This record gives sequence, structure tokens and C-alpha cells, in this order.
Amino acid sequence: MNSASLSRWLLSGEWRAHFVQVVVALIAIAIGVAMAFSIHLINTAAFNEFSAASKSLSGQSDLQVYGRKAFLDESLYPLLVNTEGVALANPVLELDVVVPGKLQNRNDHKLKIIGIDMFRAAQISPDLLGLTEEGKTLDRLASDAIFLSPAAMEWLQVARGDSLSLNVGLQTITLRVAGGLVRARAGQRIAVMDIGVVQWRFQQLGLLSRVELKLRDGVNHAAFKVKLAEKLGESYRVTEAIDQEKRIANMSRAYRVNLNMLALVALFTGTFLVFSTQVLSVIRRRQQFALLRVLGFTRKQLLRQIITEGAILGVIGSLLGLGLGYVIAATAIQLLGGDLGTNFFPGVKPSIYFDPLAAVTFFSVGLIVTLLGSIAPALEAARAKPALALRSGSEDVAMAKFSSPWFAVICISVALLFTQLPPIFGLPVFGYLAIALLLIGGIALMPRFAAWAFSRLLTQLQRYRLNAVFTLVLARLANAPNQAAIALGGILASFSLMVAMAIMVTSFRVSIDDWLGHVLPADLYVRAAATGDQGGFQPDTQKAIAGLPGWDRVDFFRTQQVSLDASRPEITLFARPVDRIDARNTLPLTDDRIAPGALPEDVMPAWVSEAMVDLYGYRVGEKVTLPVGATSNEFLVAGVWRDYGRQFGAVQMQLADYQRLTGDLSVNTVALWLQTGMTADAAIANLRQLPFGAALEISRSSDMRALSLEIFDRSFAVTYILEMVAVVIGLLGVAASFSAQTFARAKEFGMLRHIGVMRRQIFALLAAEGGLLTLLGIVLGFVLGWGISLILVFIVNPQSFHWTMQLHLPWGWLAMIAGVMLVSAALTALLAGRQAVSGNVIRAVREDW
Amino acid sequence: MLELINVNKAYAEGRKVLTNLTYTLKAGEYVAIMGDSGVGKSTLLNLIAGLDTPDSGEIRINNVAISLLDDDAATQLRREQFGFIFQAFHVLPHLTLSQNIALPLLLNSMPTDRVEQMLIGVGLRDRGHHFPRQLSGGELQRVAIARALIHRPKLVLADEPTGNLDPDTAHEILQLMRTEIKTNGATGILVTHSHAGAATADFVLNLTKDGLHPVKSERSE
Repeated sequence: MNSASLSRWLLSGEWRAHFVQVVVALIAIAIGVAMAFSIHLINTAAFNEFSAASKSLSGQSDLQVYGRKAFLDESLYPLLVNTEGVALANPVLELDVVVPGKLQNRNDHKLKIIGIDMFRAAQISPDLLGLTEEGKTLDRLASDAIFLSPAAMEWLQVARGDSLSLNVGLQTITLRVAGGLVRARAGQRIAVMDIGVVQWRFQQLGLLSRVELKLRDGVNHAAFKVKLAEKLGESYRVTEAIDQEKRIANMSRAYRVNLNMLALVALFTGTFLVFSTQVLSVIRRRQQFALLRVLGFTRKQLLRQIITEGAILGVIGSLLGLGLGYVIAATAIQLLGGDLGTNFFPGVKPSIYFDPLAAVTFFSVGLIVTLLGSIAPALEAARAKPALALRSGSEDVAMAKFSSPWFAVICISVALLFTQLPPIFGLPVFGYLAIALLLIGGIALMPRFAAWAFSRLLTQLQRYRLNAVFTLVLARLANAPNQAAIALGGILASFSLMVAMAIMVTSFRVSIDDWLGHVLPADLYVRAAATGDQGGFQPDTQKAIAGLPGWDRVDFFRTQQVSLDASRPEITLFARPVDRIDARNTLPLTDDRIAPGALPEDVMPAWVSEAMVDLYGYRVGEKVTLPVGATSNEFLVAGVWRDYGRQFGAVQMQLADYQRLTGDLSVNTVALWLQTGMTADAAIANLRQLPFGAALEISRSSDMRALSLEIFDRSFAVTYILEMVAVVIGLLGVAASFSAQTFARAKEFGMLRHIGVMRRQIFALLAAEGGLLTLLGIVLGFVLGWGISLILVFIVNPQSFHWTMQLHLPWGWLAMIAGVMLVSAALTALLAGRQAVSGNVIRAVREDW
Repeated sequence: MLELINVNKAYAEGRKVLTNLTYTLKAGEYVAIMGDSGVGKSTLLNLIAGLDTPDSGEIRINNVAISLLDDDAATQLRREQFGFIFQAFHVLPHLTLSQNIALPLLLNSMPTDRVEQMLIGVGLRDRGHHFPRQLSGGELQRVAIARALIHRPKLVLADEPTGNLDPDTAHEILQLMRTEIKTNGATGILVTHSHAGAATADFVLNLTKDGLHPVKSERSE
């Protein structure tokens, strides 16, 4: 017989004897890996599809030229055509047009229309060409023809030959569906028309969205790009496909990273389960290992034996996790879409594909965390002195090594240090590390804390006459807290993270609710589809609306998308009347602002969102240049406001300043405050009576607020699911650990049954132990969760999404989850212990069985 | 005190271990039971304790047929009237010596003042706050003896109580057991393979296939 055979015997014997614990550990690892892998697959699939769909619109062009604002003047086009090195220039006009039939769906009522030059597009983006009927090729240039992708046809419920109504400003135009497209991606909702027709029918004469360039062979792209950018000046930006990818990646990176981190929480909780399973298994076999050492097993052999056990668990669990993760990802993407219902990747229908590199990565993560969970107990077992370990009763002494306070203190101190560090590449890496360290430190403190708390409780209660069961429970928890406390590692991790997430989500929700109250102060909001570079309401229509009876106040807003950095998404520019004396009356300002009344008279103020401070370095009191008007103009940053609507930046300015600089008197939105006695229904009826009333998008602020909160709740639904998974893994940990412990305590229970302890008293003892430990876990978990929520609220969120919020604690919700957790853990402990108690009492006390 | 009336017991695989066993033990007697391995000594103790049930026959403790009691009632009877001493001590590692000894008192809702007296009795004065890990095997068995007698049980059952101890310590423990059983007015049954151990009892019974048979007294002082 060689040592490999012995190793196999030991392993198979252990797993046969404790099959349930092994299965539970495997499930925990598998679920952890599955959650992390599935979230990664879903995010990657959605992102790749979104990116591919965006790229498909720009075809095979080498460079694209954009304006700083949403549109550029078509006079640029001949200039680009005649630039040396350009083989082909393809003008594109891209619009998101309101579909009147879809207006009831506020979040999804626009169709992307791409206006192309059919002759040039045939060479640069042939997929976008319309498929005409036999002999009707000229339809591609027809003034009423629109070509739709299959997804758009399905969404609009139209087929070739049908009519389609679309809003243009305050008018509605009708087009004929002339056919489909040569090729479109699954789920991609787009329409294609001749560019000249789009300019004319959608009142965009003389405007383009971009010009796509194909360069001559041999032209150095990078050098050409730099030269062209210099030539065109600051009003334009020249991009490559890679810039576009970067821009798309930037848009969703924080969202994807945060979701991945949440998914890793499940794996993290699983790690504690593996750790506790391995620790308890090693402790249970302490005498067995000591015997092996006496018989000649070396330290190294023992270490290898235990680590091999962990590795096999890790390999099987991780492989199961990969399979399960793939199935979860495929199912979730079918049921919820690529953004899991958050609307982060609109209009894409991704499909999951098995990514071998990601599979290897997540397999390795699963294996590594399992090995990490095995190393500490393996080292303890290998270092134990056989003579001492052979004696029974030394188990808790051995476990005390896992609860060194210094380790916990170091973890917590480093975590505190990490909270002070800045983000890395725009991601709160140190914030997440701080959370992980805080959790590890908190869990490592649990045995000490348990010993301290239960000793005090026992001392306090001893003056009263406690019954035997309660004395047994308290004495065990006070004097041998390590095994039980390790059992609670998973539950503490999942509960504290749940508390942290609940506090963060509530803080966010309450802050958003307050914010909505601030940004939607009017009773009604009226919008119109844009026309060209102009807002939908011209001065005459503005006057018509303002002239209606029943308004207490009327405000006009002008909004535009402006690009400040080619690698970042566009920012939003708001022009509106802002209270110049105290802007807090208009905007949800933070404390970072110029004091009320202290704004100099001779400057144009701009109030920037928190994202502008983080992403563009804007500071209150500084002068900044913004592309407003024919040339860029200088503004004074007068304050910072909270914006939960746009994480890529927004700037508010006085409408009067905007109109003076641009000469543009049009607006996009009208905010209406009703006079007392005027109802919203009556006001809406009055608006509909206007000649252009049918084309108006009218929203009540209460509906907008409710919708926003609904979207918010939907966005966070997936996080609740991930948290629940973490809690289930935590409870599995309790089940596995308590079951292992009760088996290990069979002699204790056997002796107690001999001396007159009833079966139900043993159940009560197990439930009380589980309940009391969970109660302590809940208290510590709450403190830990509160600490983590501070990191999430004040570090992770601002660094990821560039917004701050106020802390709000959901006491009711927290009490409820604490109660559910307490009952679940006590029941789990009880159920796990039942089997041990149902064993043979006589055999339990026999020394030689 | 203890009546065994035609007790029969076979193992699960059908092998008969006790056949028509009949015996009466009077209150205050301290008896040692010896016999070959596998003859059923421990089985007999388990039947007396109500932890196992005879296939037929009756076991009466102070006129109560323990084999007819349900689990709760048998447990209650054990709690009040029995004391146990095991070969492997079975002292709870997370309780102090005082707490271990006080367990039967707590279970019977009795005052715990007698703990110190028992500690002194078993030679562990001032060590009540110690934990079992700080004790030797002999000391642990002393704790077990104190625990078995603290609540003044009517019947003490000891199954190979010195099996894990060296001869000197074993002798010391057996003497202590006898003294404590007698001091507390209990009836004692000691199951042992050791003649020296059996000699500490009032008389010795040999368990065979045919029943319990008195053997020549091995009593030694």
C-alpha cells in the first residue's frame, strides 16, 4: 500500500461518513461560482451586443467626425470630402423620433431613424440599405419611404406597405413602410431613410449627426486623426471605432463592476462555508490525525491530505458552478433581458455564449477560495502536537488559534485606511477591498465577542436560578464559542451585507424621492419632439401654452446634449430660470456652492452636477468654458447639485444666458404650476385643445415620480435576488456546521440523555444555541453592515456613479430580516441537530464504538 | 429496590444475550457484576436504566416497571433516581467542574449548595472553577462520581469506571466510589472485568448465559 492509497481511503471514508456536509459545501461553492459566472456572462453578452449594435451603425468607417453638440452643420461635409487622404465620406443623420402610438410607455417610445446617403452607404455600411420590392429600387430615395429592421417592425406591429406615424416637433407625419434592411442585429430597433428625406421631413435641414470617413490605403490613421482634429478645431471631435467602444464601456462600467461585486458576495459567503466545513471536519478528526501522526504520517502528508480534500471540493464545486451559471445566465437573459430589467442596455437581445477564458477564471476563483478556506485548518492540524491532540477536549483550544484578535484588528485597521484612498481607473477598488477586510475582521472577532458577551450574560444571570438547559447553552457559548462562532461566519457575512445593501438602497431611494420632489416641483410637464437643432416649442407655441388659463407659474427649459470629451458620454446642458439670489430654491444643491447673494453680477453662473466635479474636475468658484453658442463661452461654477438622472455629467445655466449666447429661443419642456382650484385633468384637456395639442407629451409630476421610483425598484430587484442567494448560502453554512457539531457532540448528548435530559430539552438546547448565536450575529452583523453601508454610501457610490446621498436606515425592514434570519437559523440549527439526537444513546457514550 | 423478573434480551441479529434473568437487589446494597465479554453486562445496565427495553420480562425499580414507561417518564425516573459513571468519564469540556457536578441538581430543580461538599468529598477542594482540560483522567472520574451522587440517587450504575485508569488510580477511585455510594445511602451496581474492582463491592455476581450467580466474596478493605 502506498501513501496515495491511504490518502484515498481517508478521503473516501470521511466523505462517506459525512456525505451531507460534503454535499452542502459543494452546493455552496457551486452556487457562489454560478452566481458570479452567470452575472459575468450576462453582462458580457449584453455589453458585447450593445457595443456591436452601436458599431454596426457606423459600418466599416475608419474615422467619424462629430460636433461638440448633438448636430453639426452639413457645410463640413464638402470640406471632408476634399481632404487629402479621404477615400470616402459618408454623411449620417441619426434621430430618436417619438412614436405617437407608443407614448403611453414613457420609457420606451422612441425609434432610432438613420438617414444615410444610399450611394455612399452602399460602400461603407451596406447592411443599412433598405430591401425594396422587386423593381422598386428607387423607394430607397422616396420621400415617404422608411425601411425598418425586423425588431422595429415587430415592436411597431407593421409590415411592408403599412403606414407609420411619427412626431416631428408639434406635428405628426405619416410614412410608408417600404421594406426591411439588408441586415440588422437581433433585437436592434432601427429605421433607415434617405438622408435628404430625413433632413426635410424631420425639419433638420442643413444638419448632420456625423460624417463617417474611409481613408485611402496607406494613410496612417492615428496621424490623420490628429491632423484632422487640429484642422477642424474645438467645435468638432474626430473618433475611431476604439473610442466608441471605450465610450460605451465607460457608460456601463460602474454598473457592471458593481453587479459583479455583488455576485462575488455570494462566492465570498460560500468561502466562509467551506472554511467552516473544513475547520469543523479537521477538528472532528483531530484525534484521528494525531493517531496517523503517531503511526508515521508526516506533517507534510497531513497538510497535503487536508488541502487535497479542499481542492477536490473546489474542483467539483466550481465545475458544477460553471454549468449552473451558464444555465442561470441563459434563463435570466431569456426572462429578464441582458440588463436584468434595469434598462441599462436598451434595445439589445443578446445571446449567451460559453466564454472559455471567463470559465477558467471563475473556476480558478472557486478553487482558490476553497483552498484558502482549507489552508488554515490544514496548518493547524499539521502543527498540532500528536500527544495533546490525542486527548479529547482539546478541540476548542485548537480552534482558539483561528480567533486571534490581532488578525481582526489588522483587517479592520487596513480597511479604515483603504476608505481614505481614491478610486483606481474610476472604480472604487479600495472601497470594495475595505468592505471585504471589514467583513473578514468582523467575522474573525466573532468568537472573542461571543465569549465576552455570553460570559457576561452567564455571570449576570447566575444570580437567578437558571434551568439546566439554559445553563448548558450559556456555558457552552461562553466557554467554547469558537466552533459555533465559525458556523456563523457565513450568516454574519450575508446578514451584514444584506443590512449594508438595505441601508444603501434605502438611502438611495429616499434621496431620489427627495430629489424628485426638488427637480419636479411643477404639477405638469409638457414636452414636444425636437425639430432640428431646436427645441420642440417655438416662441409662438410657448406663448400659446402660457396664455391658457389656470397657471400659477410657467417655466421653460431648454436641454441639449454636449460633448466635452470624446472618450466620455455626452453631458446634458439645461437652460432654465434659476433663482439667482439663492439657487437652492430651484436646484437640489449640495453644500458645495457660492453663498446665497454672493454671486458677482458680471458673470454667467453655471451649476454643475457632482459627476462634473469628479469627471471633469470642475470646482465651485472656478471659471469653465462650455460650448454654448457659436463659440465656447466662460461660466462661473456657482454650485454643485445632486443629479441621480445622469451619471456622466450635467450643467444647469440661466435660460436667459443661453438665449442671449445662442439666439435660440426654442425650448423642449414647459413646467406648469396649477392655480388653486384648477385640476390636472382640466389643465390637460385645455392643452389638448390647442392646435398642436395632440402631439404634446404631457406628464403629471406625480406619475413621473412614481415611474422613476418604479424603475429604481426594478433596477435593484436583481441585487435583492443576489442578497437572498448569499443568505441561503449563509443558512446552508449554519446547517452544515450545526449538523457537523451535533454529530461531534453525540457523546455529550448521550451522556445528557443518561442523566435525565429529555429529547425535547436537547432540541431546545440546540435551538437556543442557534438562536442566541444568531442573535449575537445579528447584533454584530448590524454594526458591521452599518459600517459597510457607510462605505457604500459615501465611497463606492460617489466613486462609481459620481453622486452622493444622505444616510437613511430602514428600521422596519431591518427588524423584519433580523427576525426572519433569527427564526431561520434557530430552525436550521434544530433541524441539523435532530439527526444527532435521534442516534443511539447507548452507543454514544461507549468509548470504543 | 431493583427487581429483574424473567428478563429476556436478544441482539438485533437474534443472538440471545439474557435468558430468563431473575434477581432482586435490596436498597443500600453495592454489587459488582462480572462476566465474559459479550455476555450482556452492559446490556443489563442499559435495561435497568430504561435506555433499552427487554424482549420480555419486567424490570422494576422501587415497584415501578421501568420497561413499561414511555421515554419521558423513563428519563424523569433516571433524572431523579439514577446516577451514572462511565468508562470514558463524559464530563462536558465547556463546563467548569462545579457546573458539571451541579448538572443533575439543575435538572431536578434542586439547590446547588452541595456541590462544594461533593468536591471536597472527591478530593477536588477549591478546584470547582477549573475546566476538565486541566484535569487528569483520575481526576475526571472523580468529577463523574461526584456528578453521579450529588442528587442523592437511589441507584448508581457504573460501567467499567476504571477501564481508562492505571491500577493505583483505579483502586483509589473504586474506594472513593464505594465510600460515596455508602455515604449517600445509594444502591450501586458496578460492572467490571477487574477482580480488584469487584472486591470493593459488598458481593459479586457472575453473569452467564444461565443468569446471575453469586460468587465467593472478593471484598477487600
